[in-house]
Amino acid sequence: MSLDQVNAGAPALEEARRQLEICNACRYCEGYCAVFPAMTRQKAFADGDLTQLANLCHNCRGCYYACQYTEPHEFALNLPAALADVRVESWERYAWPTGLAPMFQRNGLAIAMAVIAGFALLFAAVAALPGGGEGFYAYLSHGAMVAIFLPAFVFPMVAIGIALRRYWADVGGKALRASDVTGALHDAGRMKNLDGGQGQGCNFEDGDRFSNARRIAHQLILYGFLLCFASTSVATLMHYLMGWEAPYGFWTPPKMLGVPGGILLVAGVLWMASLKVKADHDLGAKNVAGGEIWFYIVLLVVAASGLLLYALGGTGAVAVMLPLHLGSVLTFFLLMPYSKMVHGFFRLAALMRDRQDKG
Amino acid sequence: MSDLAGVDWDLVVVGGGNAALCAAIEAAETGARVVLLEGAPEFYRGGNSRHTRNFRCMHRGPLSVLTDAYGEDEYYDDLIRVTKGQTDEGLARLAITTSEDCLPWMENHGVRFQPSLSGTLSLSRTNAFFLGGGKALVNAYYNTAEDLGVAIAYEAQVKHVVVTGGRFEAVEVEIGGERLTIRGRAVVLASGGFQSDLDWLARAWGPAARNFLIRGTPYNRGVVLKDMLDQGAESVGDPTQCHAVAIDGRAPQYDGGIVTRLDCVPFSVVVNRDGERFYDEGEDVWPKRYAIWGRLVAAQPDQVGYSLIDAKSRDLFMPSVFPPIEAGSIGELAEKMGLPREKVEATVAAFNAACRPGTFHPTELDGLATEGLEPAKTNWARPLDTPPYYGYSLRPGVTFTYLGLKVDDTARVTGPEGRYENVWAAGEIMAGSILGQGYLAGFGMTIGTVFGRIAGREAAAHVA
Ligand SMILES: Cc1cc2nc3c(=O)[nH]c(=O)nc-3n(C[C@H](O)[C@H](O)[C@H](O)COP(=O)(O)OP(=O)(O)OC[C@H]3O[C@@H](n4cnc5c(N)ncnc54)[C@H](O)[C@@H]3O)c2cc1C
Ligand code: SF4
Ligand code: SF4
Repeated sequence: MSLDQVNAGAPALEEARRQLEICNACRYCEGYCAVFPAMTRQKAFADGDLTQLANLCHNCRGCYYACQYTEPHEFALNLPAALADVRVESWERYAWPTGLAPMFQRNGLAIAMAVIAGFALLFAAVAALPGGGEGFYAYLSHGAMVAIFLPAFVFPMVAIGIALRRYWADVGGKALRASDVTGALHDAGRMKNLDGGQGQGCNFEDGDRFSNARRIAHQLILYGFLLCFASTSVATLMHYLMGWEAPYGFWTPPKMLGVPGGILLVAGVLWMASLKVKADHDLGAKNVAGGEIWFYIVLLVVAASGLLLYALGGTGAVAVMLPLHLGSVLTFFLLMPYSKMVHGFFRLAALMRDRQDKG
Repeated sequence: MSDLAGVDWDLVVVGGGNAALCAAIEAAETGARVVLLEGAPEFYRGGNSRHTRNFRCMHRGPLSVLTDAYGEDEYYDDLIRVTKGQTDEGLARLAITTSEDCLPWMENHGVRFQPSLSGTLSLSRTNAFFLGGGKALVNAYYNTAEDLGVAIAYEAQVKHVVVTGGRFEAVEVEIGGERLTIRGRAVVLASGGFQSDLDWLARAWGPAARNFLIRGTPYNRGVVLKDMLDQGAESVGDPTQCHAVAIDGRAPQYDGGIVTRLDCVPFSVVVNRDGERFYDEGEDVWPKRYAIWGRLVAAQPDQVGYSLIDAKSRDLFMPSVFPPIEAGSIGELAEKMGLPREKVEATVAAFNAACRPGTFHPTELDGLATEGLEPAKTNWARPLDTPPYYGYSLRPGVTFTYLGLKVDDTARVTGPEGRYENVWAAGEIMAGSILGQGYLAGFGMTIGTVFGRIAGREAAAHVA
């Protein structure tokens, strides 16, 4: 049985279909983002089409504030929210193992905090075992770290890979061309679909006024994360290929990538959180606020504990910060397939799929 | 709100659509103290302007999103063709030639343009489309006006304009149930036409008007227009006429806007309540015939028409917001639509028999005409023979009324003893001088922008 059938008649899909049929007869918002040109290529919307459009939507909200049919008008348009509901439901539906994601939407914060605490205690316990090594390895042997982190990294990649395959089948994706990938990366790299079509930005923290704040905050997080990830990857390569072991000083690649990355990440997350507080919650997905908050908190703990760890290196605080940092990183990766983090993967897939139709 | 009454305003702007906002912004930029009184609640602010999608703009070469060139004479010729000469040439040429400056002015005040929407390529040379449509334009202007310090009151229904001896003194306005007098040294009237007052429409047009749908805001009830005419202001435009197009019969009474438009007529057989055809559905390409179908349907019993197509034509026009009624046979379709079954079957059978072989061309006049049928269908006549069959009901949808205030080339209103000293008007409320009949797509916003700006500047200069 295809996932489409499981979900047939789901209220979120029905509502998005109803609204898109109105938009398709209007088209005033065509210039804001990629959703509208993709929409006008169709007359009727199958469930897979809706899922694709929903993942293409970046929730810039331009089409809400520009719409002459929002409530109290009887057509009751709220396309950003309708597509957000479809989008979040699609992530839950495609997540593997099936059924795990909704649990996190409801109890994400509690689960994440418990997992971080659990891992941190575990690391602390392992560290207490007699062992040898220098720097951080004095606390936790390198072998133990690899034994824990390798599967923790492989599992989410496999899980997300399965989810994306399900998505790709539902949205009728074809074999990827190099230009699909580069085009999508180019759009994501600049957050093109949050630029309002002409660089004025989106409508988020200040009602119908446009601003690029959310776009910039998002890129701080994205690039901060990528720098941190690069830092870890470089360190791994240095360890294995060059036999150069941690700890690393400031003027080394891992630190020169990781410290700015951590700072960008912390700044981006705090800024984004402050924007979210000001934004109108009715224009996002229903019941998802909790699910997003835990992700931001985990991200913040990862970045802040990493920075503190570096700042406090050599002091007794490492015994506390290291388990906390490692525990949060592990949590971040393990829970990635069920967190807001998956949006990036689905977005990229949607952008690639869109390239295929644009020819 | 009562603090509005305590101020002696330089300029009182009545209305909150495109024309009112352009006037308020121009005046505020000179430093004038401006209050804008919008009768609608904040959500519905912007009148009919919030439903628009583009404005028609003269340009000597490529300009912003506009391609090629669109000169004064060609623009004027297009206008004369639709108004059949019922236009004030001086004002019309003023609107046309000033439109070119308006585009950059609009961009400088927050409006963004986008290339012609998909399905409207024929307008890419003449009409500049607003990114996000008219509501986005209205939002941008409200933000600009707020930043310039314009005081804005919503749900502020102006009931009476106090004019003594040719001089404006104050408006009497109801704000949230409270009646206030707001004084000012000048006034710009930009409160639109009267089409949303169905009683007035019925008195002017006849009782049939009660079955008309109003495509735009319910707040344009002509209160200010009537108040001025009662005080002897000079009028222009045919008081009995309104611009009406055929829209989907299931549209809401008010505010259905653009999405209720139906473009299927040229590919269909249109019958009335009694199952009879009444006009050549294929007379010309749809954009040129769009406007006459409002009147044609208005003249039918119960002011309703029924457009019937078959599966061959389903994908030839823009999708409509309401799905069509669908049936496996013409008889079944007639029954589902509440039409007399035998009569419709006979009408369609006669139509089908009158169709001739030939090449069908949906996008051009293909000359595929019926033979020996009255009335004939002169283009795109193909038999309805491929199920499923689809039907849409059609009703007249009123866009605006023609009756308005007479203004001069400075947008100043004429009263019983010549021009008022300090009363200006802009937009739909004075458009009858230029659009005496018919309509030219995108010209309503041009008139509002051009005369709104003139009125705002003139009023500000008067009080300076
Ligand atoms: C569906 C639709 C689509 C259209 N599309 C286009 C298009 O694409 N291009 C184009 O050029 N034209 C279009 N038009 C025509 C266009 O809308 C009008 O020509 C234009 O908006 C007129 O602007 P205005 O400012 O004079 O009036 P409006 O925008 O209607 O503003 C009138 C304002 O006055 C307020 N008001 C009314 N009475 C009172 C009162 N007593 N006290 C206080 N305030 C009051 C109303 O609330 C409203 O804010 C369209 C019209 C409709 C209905
Ligand atoms: S969101 Fe509203 S204005 Fe935009 S295309 Fe849809 S119906 Fe039209
Ligand atoms: S919210 Fe923004 S990105 Fe999403 S459909 Fe509307 S305009 Fe496009």
